[in-house]
Amino acid sequence: MRPPDKNKSFGPMAWTNPRLRSLVYQLGAIAATIAIFTFFALTARANLERQNIASGFGFMNNTAGFGVIQTLIPYSEESSYGRVFLVGLANTLLVAVIGTVFAVALGFVIGVARLSGNWLVSKLAAVYVEVFRNIPLLLQLFFWYFAILRPLPAPRESIVLLPDVFLSNRGVAMPAFHPTDATSLFLIALAVAIVGIIVLRRWARKRRLATGQSFPDGRIALGLLIGLPLLVFFAVGAPAQIEPPVMGKFNFDGGWRLLPEFVALTFGLVVYTAAFIAEIVRSGILSVSKGQTEAAHAIGLNNSQTLRLVVIPQALRVIVPPLTSQILNLTKNSSLAVAIAYPDLVSIFAGTVLNQTGQAIEVIALTMAVYLVISLATSFAMNTYNARVAIVER
Amino acid sequence: MNNRLVAFLVGIVIGAFALYFFLPGPATHLTAAQPVATDAAAKKAGPTAAAAATLDLVRKRGYMQCGVSQGLAGFSNPNDKGEWSGIDVDFCKAVAAAVFGDANKVKYRPLSAKDRFTALQSGEIDLLSRNTTWTMSRDTSLGFDFAGVIYYDGQGFIVKKASGITSAAQLDGATICTQTGTTTELNMADYFRGHGMDYKVLAFEKNEESLSAYDEGRCDAYTTDASGLFAQRLIMKNPDEHLVLPEVISKEPLGPLVRQGDAQWADVVRWTLFALINAEDLGVRQSNVEMMKVSDSPDIKRLLGTEGAYGQALGLSNNWAADVIKAVGNYGEMYNRTVGPDTPLGIPRGLNALWKNGGLMYAPPIR
Repeated sequence: MRPPDKNKSFGPMAWTNPRLRSLVYQLGAIAATIAIFTFFALTARANLERQNIASGFGFMNNTAGFGVIQTLIPYSEESSYGRVFLVGLANTLLVAVIGTVFAVALGFVIGVARLSGNWLVSKLAAVYVEVFRNIPLLLQLFFWYFAILRPLPAPRESIVLLPDVFLSNRGVAMPAFHPTDATSLFLIALAVAIVGIIVLRRWARKRRLATGQSFPDGRIALGLLIGLPLLVFFAVGAPAQIEPPVMGKFNFDGGWRLLPEFVALTFGLVVYTAAFIAEIVRSGILSVSKGQTEAAHAIGLNNSQTLRLVVIPQALRVIVPPLTSQILNLTKNSSLAVAIAYPDLVSIFAGTVLNQTGQAIEVIALTMAVYLVISLATSFAMNTYNARVAIVER
Repeated sequence: MNNRLVAFLVGIVIGAFALYFFLPGPATHLTAAQPVATDAAAKKAGPTAAAAATLDLVRKRGYMQCGVSQGLAGFSNPNDKGEWSGIDVDFCKAVAAAVFGDANKVKYRPLSAKDRFTALQSGEIDLLSRNTTWTMSRDTSLGFDFAGVIYYDGQGFIVKKASGITSAAQLDGATICTQTGTTTELNMADYFRGHGMDYKVLAFEKNEESLSAYDEGRCDAYTTDASGLFAQRLIMKNPDEHLVLPEVISKEPLGPLVRQGDAQWADVVRWTLFALINAEDLGVRQSNVEMMKVSDSPDIKRLLGTEGAYGQALGLSNNWAADVIKAVGNYGEMYNRTVGPDTPLGIPRGLNALWKNGGLMYAPPIR
């Protein structure tokens, strides 16, 4: 039992009571903040009304009337501004997701390469990091877009990368895969293979823990992954109809085509962000004490096993939090798309739609909210993952 | 106990204040466009008086801020000494001459197509004279007033001669470069949709970027107002390799605009434009203004301020129009000096001739 606290109830000298005082201060601060923002809102509204500028989100249902060069969801000129918002969002997310996957993969490879015992490999990785980390991203985008992709030959004189894969100043054209009747069977076979691998790995791990013998699960898993779908292929035929790009009047028709704007943006973001991720990975691996590696070697693990089973799991604890902020940076940097005419959210929504409707406050607020939501969602996912890989006290 | 009650009451009061201020705030976002407009119209007497200050503001400041393009030959283009020229620039000078009697009291603000409206809305410029198409939504929901039409234009396409294309109808499936935030983007969409043709649009923020994208072969065609096509063909690597297609796919009445809600300033700009057209109609030129002041024609006398007090009614001096014509000449002289047949652009008068010569230029009388 604590002695009764004199400050707990408001005595006659209430103003000297710290709890009451802090309460009043805090309420005052909240009220002042609210009042300031309300003042801004009211001023803005009065000014908009005075100049007869429309306000509110009613414009989102109006017809957009302009075309967009890359649409992942159905869109036409008759679609609404709300639809333009979704098209821009999808284009932004496409760059963010593909960029993140490749940046993390490339970053890990470069980071590990920088620690390689091979002098040439480690120096090349160091040069990569220092070059790409120290040049502004916008300049790199300009370089990839204006200096590399733009001067490529016209579609008719395309560079043939692979059979039916063409590179020109209109981007990359490649065969498209269209689903057929066999597609679902094929996907089922793939799913069965994956489930089988998970079961197999669990069983192999149990056996290893029980008997100490390792089981070649990797090779069997690969066999399953390729074998089962291959079996389906022989049984029912090709899982997809392949449609190669054909030269049309102006450009390739059919097939899948990647815009040079998309390629330049994604490539630039990947290359730039991977340089930072490489350094994060290197610092993470170096943070694992050498004794861990030596101990792993002492119990007979080979180099790759040591890296995979001992070093990386411990390094991840150090890697994941800064990696999260690099992923967020990549997503936010994708708004530089506007500089090279890739139709992302900022370019077509905060650009074209804003210009057509003149409703700057609503459009910019919505765009900022979207980036906030994407960033918070990414943070949440990464924090969840971080909680899983963080050290567990036993 | 008493003190706790006091704290509670203080909290209530602060909370109530917060609510009072907070509740009307979000309503800003919920109000639909229509009611706001009518609301404002109803209250016009109040806020308009506050907004009707542009003329006084310009006078007090000593110069006018005029929004122009970042460089479009014939319309608004800076030379290597930073001096601006073009028909849109001449109009800025004309308004400055009307207000100050001095055409040099203008500061030019080069603006991209995307930024031009925000600049006018926010009061950064007093007048936007930047090859801007007069459309209904710009006049209404964006909160502007167009003063009239200074150049009747229409949208066209330019292609490489080597492509073998001679008509816009052959552009099915083409990739077309344009500038974002223009009516061009919308007209093109309408044209291709209306003709059941397919197209891809690549829209850059800066005009030079979309032009160079076309020039380097990223796009099959480039589209903008026909006058712009002629102007921009001049700055391409090899102007003779390009062909302006014959189709004009839209109406593009280009004109100067001001913020809505300041009727006096809108009148000053509008009647400056009318004075330029009336002067051509009446045969008043830069060289003969002084002579014409003693003309027998009452129309000319009223224009030049030797009869009546029409300038004063605008809040200007009575010889405002004489100052305008002394500074930039009449509309025809402006046209011929900037975009006309004898300039590098070489655009014939066409729609921009006076109505009595088969064009569309017509101004209400000064009387």
